[in-house]
Amino acid sequence: MKILLMGDPNVGKSAIFSRLTGVNVMVSNYPGTTIELKKGKMKLDDRLVEVIDVPGTYTLEPASKAEEVAVRMLEVGDVVVNVIDATNLERNLYLTLQLLEQNIPVIVVLNFWDEIRHLGIQIDAKKLEAYLNVPVVPTVAVTAEGIKKLVSRLPEARAHANKYGEEARWSEIGKIIREVQKITPKKHTFLEKLEDLSVKPLTGIPITLSILALVFWLVRFIGENLIAYLFDPLFELYLSAVTGLSNVLGGGGIIHDVLVGTLIEGKIDFVQSMGLLTTGLYVPFAMVLPYVFAFYLVLGVLEDSGYLPRLATLVDAVLHKLGMHGLAIIPMLLGLGCNVPGALSTRILETKKQRFIAATLMAIVVPCMAQTSMVFALLGPYGIKGLGIYFVTLFIVWLALGFLLNKVLKGETPETFMEIPPYRIPYFGSLAKKLWMRIRSFLTEAIPFVLLGVLIVNVLYVLGIIDWISEATAPVIVGIWGLPKEAVASLIVGFLRKDVAVGMLLPLGLDMGQLIVASVVLTMYFPCVATFVVLFKELGAMDLIKSTAIMIVSALLVGGILNALL
Amino acid sequence: MEVSLFDLQTGQKAIIKRLKEGEMFRKKLASLNIRVGKTIRKITAQPLRGPVVIEIDNTEATIGMNMAKKIVTEPLGAE
Repeated sequence: MKILLMGDPNVGKSAIFSRLTGVNVMVSNYPGTTIELKKGKMKLDDRLVEVIDVPGTYTLEPASKAEEVAVRMLEVGDVVVNVIDATNLERNLYLTLQLLEQNIPVIVVLNFWDEIRHLGIQIDAKKLEAYLNVPVVPTVAVTAEGIKKLVSRLPEARAHANKYGEEARWSEIGKIIREVQKITPKKHTFLEKLEDLSVKPLTGIPITLSILALVFWLVRFIGENLIAYLFDPLFELYLSAVTGLSNVLGGGGIIHDVLVGTLIEGKIDFVQSMGLLTTGLYVPFAMVLPYVFAFYLVLGVLEDSGYLPRLATLVDAVLHKLGMHGLAIIPMLLGLGCNVPGALSTRILETKKQRFIAATLMAIVVPCMAQTSMVFALLGPYGIKGLGIYFVTLFIVWLALGFLLNKVLKGETPETFMEIPPYRIPYFGSLAKKLWMRIRSFLTEAIPFVLLGVLIVNVLYVLGIIDWISEATAPVIVGIWGLPKEAVASLIVGFLRKDVAVGMLLPLGLDMGQLIVASVVLTMYFPCVATFVVLFKELGAMDLIKSTAIMIVSALLVGGILNALL
Repeated sequence: MEVSLFDLQTGQKAIIKRLKEGEMFRKKLASLNIRVGKTIRKITAQPLRGPVVIEIDNTEATIGMNMAKKIVTEPLGAE
């Protein structure tokens, strides 16, 4: 048996899915968090049944790629759990009535049941049940209220094959609303006032700039302190252990160099030694993880508060000039964490042109947190100047390239039309869960690649392949970018992991200008292999080739210009 | 007096009277319950030909400028 969770976007389907199956999935407060089907199992009368979390859709006439997925699922499902936002009954009932025309058993869930009282809304769930002639269960998914009741009433789900048509649906909804819902006007709360203030340009733009500055400062503050007071002291302790190993292995030889790396002035240097047990662990754990943790903590709060759709509204006009619309800010923000979820989330955009531009710009210009952490380490010592030039350059490329692509590419960019959810105070439990899911995927997906990257560096050096390649690529690397020819090793490793690649710049003794050129080029020239695979799936071979060509050309160009200027 | 949502004053409540475009447009708006006869409040409009933000029932919605021009409303008397 297959149970489908269906409903409008941002009604809490994923939160209910987590409660039913125990499978953790991303839950946020913006429409379109779930972009692909998530499957899990739950126990029902001693049987294991499949539960499918379907992306949100307002109607059964889909408007985006994610909504299409939702509608196609109806053919394979056996029962639909129709999740409704109780604070928005009228609108949500439209999909409910459509579902009641499909001859598939339906049970209705009234989620956000705790919020209606503050809004002065009263809903008679019993009466609604009588009208719809299917079970209606009030829930508060984030606190699990009503979930047991939902499970116990699942077998009561009932199928109808009503024949309404659009007109009749709305008049039926009008009738239902008059009977079951009562609204008494309430005074506006602080959060509601803030909702207005944060979309009005005069107040919203300063609020946005303050939030972005605060995010940047918080990520660096948390990251730096975690490194200084937790991870560096831990690695200090670990140092004596690997130094012991280094001595046992005799301080040299192939095994020593692969495991411990080369000694710098007779000592182990966690960043430069390039051994599996030194650099291979230090880079991901002590240089990248602290910032990844800090970034996802802050991003989680932004996602769950409901701020992102407001940000999307404020930047909509600018993004239109770049061939996208406001919601494209979400792939960009997610890309700052990791380009893989960034590329996946381009699905929330409606047209092929928008998705291509968003994916390409994200892959070229948006550095993932792993890379940014290393750039912090590398350019941080030069203060605001080093980091400033790096980020401003990327921002300008983002604007210029988007503007150009919008002019050159055929296809449409529809106007923004989206729902802005209310502000909500994030729940600690769901924040912590989400943070842990993201950290875990960093640990399991990134670290093997870091180790592989470090291993490959060793192999390439031992076999002398680096020398050979660096001779061949010198005209570009030295001639155009003004970097030492050995920097090519970093570009090769950059295919696997950008963080290791940035770290490899350190032993080259570059000046600030060269460090900036190298960091910008490493960001732009090519996505890491994990992102590349996802882009292939999302864009298809032809568009990926186009996108890749744009990357290479712009990396050559921008690196060359920067080299001439700095 | 009828004005388009685009021309409606910020902060003003109004009733949606008619839409200046066909089926597809009507259906799209209806997905957020923006329909003829509903009362909305215009919260703001973004500069640089940006979108209009309205309140409808308990949600807010962002609507592109050109779409807002095609939504004809009648402002409600001052409160």
